[in-house]
Order: sequence, then structure tokens, then C-alpha cells
Amino acid sequence: MAIPGIGLVKGLWVTLKALFTKPVTIMWPDEKELLVPRARGVIALDIDNCTSCMLCSRECPDWCIYIEAHKVEIQPDKPGGRVRTRNILDRFDIDYALCMYCGICVEVCPFDALYWSPEHEYGEFSISNLLHNKERLDEWMQTVPEPPALEN
Amino acid sequence: MTELDTGGIVQVSDGGVSVEIKGEAMTLNIGPQHPSTHGVLRLVAEVDGERISKLDPVVGYMHRGKEKLAEVRTYAQITALINRIDWVSGFANEVGFVIGVERLMGIEPPPRAQYIRLILTELTRISNHLVFASSYPLELGAATPLMYAFREREHIMDVIESVTGGRFHPNFNRVGGVKPAAGGGKTQKKVSLDLPAGFYAAAANAMDRAEVACDELDELVTGNEIIQVRAKNVGVISREDVLAYGISGPNARASGIEFDLRKHEDILPYSDFDWNVAVRHHGDSFDRYLVRMDEIRESIKIVRQAIANVPSGPLQAKVPRVLKVPPGSVYVRTENPKGEMGYYIVSQGGRVPYRVKIRSASFSNISMMSKVAVGQLIPDLVATMGSLDFVLGDVDR
Amino acid sequence: MITIAAVPFALWLAVKVLVVLGLMLGTSLVLIYAELKWSAHIQSRIGPWYVGGRWGWAHPIAEAVKFLQKEDLVPEAADDKVFRLAPYVMLAGTVATFVVIPIGPSTVARDLDLGIFYLLAISSLSTLGVLMAGWGSGNKYSLIGGVRAGAQLIAYELPLVLALVAVGIQAGTLSLTGIVAAQAAPLFTIGGTDIALPYVLSGQILGFTVFVIASLAELNRTPFDLPLAESELTMGYVTEYSGIRFTMFFLGEYAGMVSMAAIVATVYLGGFYLPGLSEDVLDFAGPFILLAKVFFVLFLFIWFRWTWPRVREDQLQTLAWKWLIPITLFNIVATATAKVVL
Repeated sequence: MAIPGIGLVKGLWVTLKALFTKPVTIMWPDEKELLVPRARGVIALDIDNCTSCMLCSRECPDWCIYIEAHKVEIQPDKPGGRVRTRNILDRFDIDYALCMYCGICVEVCPFDALYWSPEHEYGEFSISNLLHNKERLDEWMQTVPEPPALEN
Repeated sequence: MTELDTGGIVQVSDGGVSVEIKGEAMTLNIGPQHPSTHGVLRLVAEVDGERISKLDPVVGYMHRGKEKLAEVRTYAQITALINRIDWVSGFANEVGFVIGVERLMGIEPPPRAQYIRLILTELTRISNHLVFASSYPLELGAATPLMYAFREREHIMDVIESVTGGRFHPNFNRVGGVKPAAGGGKTQKKVSLDLPAGFYAAAANAMDRAEVACDELDELVTGNEIIQVRAKNVGVISREDVLAYGISGPNARASGIEFDLRKHEDILPYSDFDWNVAVRHHGDSFDRYLVRMDEIRESIKIVRQAIANVPSGPLQAKVPRVLKVPPGSVYVRTENPKGEMGYYIVSQGGRVPYRVKIRSASFSNISMMSKVAVGQLIPDLVATMGSLDFVLGDVDR
Repeated sequence: MITIAAVPFALWLAVKVLVVLGLMLGTSLVLIYAELKWSAHIQSRIGPWYVGGRWGWAHPIAEAVKFLQKEDLVPEAADDKVFRLAPYVMLAGTVATFVVIPIGPSTVARDLDLGIFYLLAISSLSTLGVLMAGWGSGNKYSLIGGVRAGAQLIAYELPLVLALVAVGIQAGTLSLTGIVAAQAAPLFTIGGTDIALPYVLSGQILGFTVFVIASLAELNRTPFDLPLAESELTMGYVTEYSGIRFTMFFLGEYAGMVSMAAIVATVYLGGFYLPGLSEDVLDFAGPFILLAKVFFVLFLFIWFRWTWPRVREDQLQTLAWKWLIPITLFNIVATATAKVVL
């Protein structure tokens, strides 16, 4: 037979116990949380791999990737060889104010030029600074972690 | 003696005289910016003192045009958009859509993909119900259960993030299975996005923590006499009303209707596991709360059984790179944590669907509000709305 | 005509007023900090930390300064004079209760013979302030909040008064110093030592419970904070206030908490008295003992706020009229009988 009011007292006991337990807060900015390697923080670009095939730009649901490139002709090493053409990137911008962090561009890239990185502290005071150009995207490559080991 | 013109009706009966005074009802506009309407829901209420005599919900403040957007996006892009419909349970929104596309194309996802989908769906279900179980007491006035539930929910979010990379919008389902690979590190080509090492241990730990949260919430909230007095017999929805208005999910199960799409539709391999459907019979707000607490425990059981038996194999069936779906139409419904979520996909061939119609659970769930709210006091209205567990993204899409 | 003898009185009066105000504000600020920290640890988080270097001790001061520099709004539909006057009425009601609380055996701002009577009369002035705020804001939400608050405060005045009547009967006097002295008088002797018990332990446990519940309702604190229900009415009768006036309400709530806690500590827990200490020590240590007891009661208030949800107003009225008042009436009868018989 429950005493009327016993539920209230039990609730008080729960909060009293919590009062003397250490809080779970991580004191940012002195302590930072470690993110898992697969966390989607920012997209990094490996400029050498990109051939400006425009697949990422087309598949992006928000159309936030801007690519411009031009062709150069590379002369053959030996006489009689074929002249090769390569695409050189002029502009590869990702607008992080629009980006949905869905990952379709990374998945669709056939040349492994785009990678995910868990780096997430790149807030700006002005929205126009959220447009990362290709030099900045190349810098993010240094933060790309090794992929985690798989289960069994 | 002064003459008082009350303009009312005087009734004399055994035991006394009662006078009914006619006055003006006050129109109170609750919302759209309001702390307890789960988003931008506007309720135009006519109140008489504190008793509500008429209630009109006005929705549409959060309409993002998902169905129209879906007409100009490819199937992979749509998957990225629709996990934002019910933003508390991100993964569960995608499952229905990709299963619909798979049925149109005639593809069967491999068993490992189905198990991973099931585990992640149940994890989002637990996460969603923990959010409900903690924000419902917040609306009734208790501020602490929120913090306890969110503390335990972090573990679940970490587990989901370690597999998919995203906490709320995983974007992990692909037509034919789950996302198999993505860009790897500097030294490797496309790396498999299979379950990372330590996943089973982390998931087991998250389940233990969720059980601890359930027990704590039971002591702090379910046993609390004040909550019981605020929520029992408040907002009673009868069985007939549930069937007439199309209410689904835990709200229907609290009124005695034992219907769970996980058991009745063959979407994911739920029949491999031993679990029960949580049902209660009174149909009041307290029962809706209890049904969700029971569902958390059932989902914990399912996840524990699932992570012990995940089959090995590929993560995605063979699908062409550029996805073209043959013409046809399909309607798939799944058990979203909030209720029944349905996708009606019409395709005329091509990379882009012709029409995607989304049947969202919360839209039907709050259609009952005008009927249930009449005669209630304003605090009861808040208790009822909170117990229906809707989210405006789900209502307005 | 002002004589030489009258000037020290006027000066003494001014000093007393300033000390009372200062004490009240100081304790309220400490209470605000204590509530922030205790509620944070109950919720498994830390609360203020960076303000003031470490531990966040300067947080209440920062909050007060922040409010002072906000825009002073008077809504167009508001009843101007009522709107402006309401916070001060409410604050005056709570500050004036500090006058009779004894801090030491001979330290009290003014020892009135009708101590309890004065306390109850003055603290109901804040009810008027709340109603003025609710009406004067010109906002439907505030009106609902103000009317709810008025009904609640009036309903819970009665258990408050009746609980204190029993104390008056048991002590034989209404003056607060007299009540503390009555609690200091030994009740019985065990083996040569005189044992004096505070009233909470010597027969007034029912009265203590009822008084704590009623004072939570008087202060508009959870579980009775429907007038300020944040999740329903977006701050109720305080919705339209900003700047200094909001600070007055804010401080008024916390000062009310301190004053109610001080009343409980004096009347039920023995005030500044601790057994075994002589008068001279009490003159010096009395304020600290009283402060410790006040903070114990405040801990109870804060603990209850962060654990329990709020009660609907018709259930609140049922609780007051059908349960608390009969219990207090029974308490009075029992106390009176015990006083005559024992």
C-alpha cells in the first residue's frame, strides 16, 4: 500500500543524489570533445586529384560548389608522343553557408579528391567568409584522419 | 435593493439558484512563437475565463516545400532532404523512402544492410522517446528530467555518429542498402563505411545508459503524484476517434489499438527478434507517456538482440551508378517514432521522381486538437499537446 | 521643532533602514548565486563558472548590471501609472518584513509586540503588487497570470496565518523575540542538562509542513508557479516588464524567499539561538546561526522547485481549501489543548 506522497519523496531522493554527483560537462574551450573519425565537420579538397569533372557540383542538392577550370596542353616527353590535355582548377569554392553536410559530393567523386574531416570550429563573423576557396580547402586536408578500423 | 441586469438565465432547482451570465469570450492567440508548442504552431483559442470553448490550429508556418523540391532532385539528393522532416528521429525518415524506391526497382537489400538499418532505426526511436519523456515534464513544470535524459541520449548520438558521421541527419540509407563507402584517408582509396571497431561495445553501453535513464525517469516522473494528477484523465481520446482521425503510433496504442507497423508490415526483419507491442487502454495523456516509456524498453531489447546477431555480407546491392527508376508507383508506410509515415512515390522513368507524397504522422495526430481541447483548461491543453508528441517539421513538411 | 535629542533618532532610523535594505539585497544576491549553482548541480551541469574568474561568483552582480542597462519599455496598451508602480509595491511588501526579524538577542530593527501580525499584514501587500502588474500590462497573457496569481495568493494566506496562530498559542506571545526566547526555554531535563527544542520538533511539525507549502505558494514558486508558468504563458504577469522594473520583480521574488525563510527559521527552527551558547556569544554569532538556518530552509525551497512539476490551479485551490486549512485548524486545536493540559 503506497503512502500518499511517496512518489514525491522518491523524486527528491533522485535529485539529491544527482546534487552530489560530478557533472558531465566538458569545459569548452579548456577541454575539447574528441570527435569520431567519421564525423562530418568540413570537406577537404585534394587539388591534385581533382579533374573538374563537375560531378560533385551537379549532385549537390544545394548547388553550393562552384568550379571553374581551364585546359592546358602538356607536351610529350619524347618526340612522337601524344599531346595530353589536363584540366587545371581555377576556382573550387564550397559555400558552407549553404552546405547541408549530406556527403553526396564526397561519395560521388570518382577520383577521391574530396574527403571528410571532423574539424568543426570554423565559425566566422561575416557570412561571406564562409565561402572557402580552394587554398583553404586544401589546408583542411591536413586534418583528415585515418579511417577507423572496422568491426571484425 | 438594486436591480442587477445580468442578462443571464436564472434557473431555480432543488437546492439552489444558478445564474448564467453571458459575456464575451476572449480570443487568445497561443503561438506561433511559444515555448510549449514544439515549433511554430498557432492555436487560436476562444477562452471563457480559463476554459477553452473553441480551438483552431493554424499550421503552415514551417512549410519547406519538400514534396515540390522532390520533383526536381534525384533520388540520392532526396534522401538527404527528407531526413529533415522529423528532425528528432532522422534516420527513420529515410528508411521508408528508400524501401519504396527499392520496391519500384525490384531490388532486395542484403541482410547485413537490413540489420544495420534496423539497429539505427531503433536507436533513433529510443532517442526520440527520450526527448519526449524529458520535454513532457518540462512543459508541466519540472525542469530536471530533461537534463538527465539528454545526458544519456548523448551516448546514443555518439553511436550513430560513429557509424554514419552525422548525429541527427545521418543520410546513411542508399537505394539497395546502406552507404557502402566514401572518401578515405590520405593513404587509401574509397573506404568502407561498415560498422567501426568498438561499435557493439558502444551500442551495448548506450543501451545500458538508456536503461538507467528510463529507471531514473520512472522514479522522478512516472511515480510523481503531481504529474499523475496533471496527466491522468486529461485529453482522453477514444478508440473510435483514433480510427476516425487517423491517429497512429504510440498515441493510437495508448487508446487500446494494438497496431504496430513493425509487426504488420514487412519492412525490416523485426520478426527475427522477441519483443512485444506496448499497449495501454485509457487513452489519456498519462497513458501516452507510459506507452512511450514501455517502447523505450522494448527497443532496448531489440537492439541488444540485434547487435548479437548481425550477419556478414555486402552493404549494398548492385545498383547502377546513375539511378534510373522504371515507371510505376508505390506506397510504403513505416513506423516512424511519432506514428505512421508513408511515402507515395510516382515515377515516370528517369533520374527524378514525378511526384513524392509524404504522409506524415504528426499532421494527422494534431488534427484531433480542436475536438479534444474543448472544455479543457489552458494547462490541460498544454499537457495534451505535449503528450501527442508532434514536431512542426513533421506537420508542415 | 527638531530638538537635539530627535536628531540621533532620525539618524538611527536612517541607519536601520539602510542596514535592512543592504542585508536584504546582499542576501538576495547570495541566494541568486546559490540557486544557480544548486540547480545546476542537481541537473548534472555546472552553472556559472567564468564570471568573476572562477566559480562564477560575480554572476548575480553581472545580471543586475545587465538588466539596468536595458531599454525601459511601457507598452502602449498599458495602464501607465499602475504599470509603473506595481514592482515597487511588490518589493516594498517583502522588504518591510525584515524589520521585525531578530538577528541577535538584542539586535532587531524594531521589536514589535505584534510581530507575527505585522509580518502577515505587510507581506500581503505584495499580492496587491502582483495584481497591479497583471492588470496594468494590457496583455491577455499577463491578465490571466495576474488573476491566477491573485486567486492563489489569497487562497494561501489562510493556511499561512493559521499555522502561525498555533505558534503564537504555543509561545504565548506574538512578538518574534518572545518566540525565540520561548524556544530557548528548556522543555525538559535529561540527566542534568536542560533540553530546549525548536518548535518544529516540539509539536509543530504539522504547522511547519503547512507553512512551508503555503509559503511556496505565496512566493509563486514551483510547484505553485502557475502565474509565472513559463511554458504556458511566457512569464505571466511579468511578461511586459524589462529593465529596472523587471529587476525589482526578480529581486522581489528572491527577497520574498529570504523573508519567508527567515520567518520559518525564526518561528520554527529557533532563530539565532543555539543551545549551549551564552548571551554574549549569541550577540556576535547570532546572525551567522540565523543565516545558516535560513540557507537550510532556502535549500529546501530550491530542492522542491527543481524536482517537482507544477500543479494546476484548480488542484491548487483544492489543496488549499480542502486540505491545508482543515489541517491547520486541527493543529490549532491540538496545540491549544496541549498547552492547557501540559
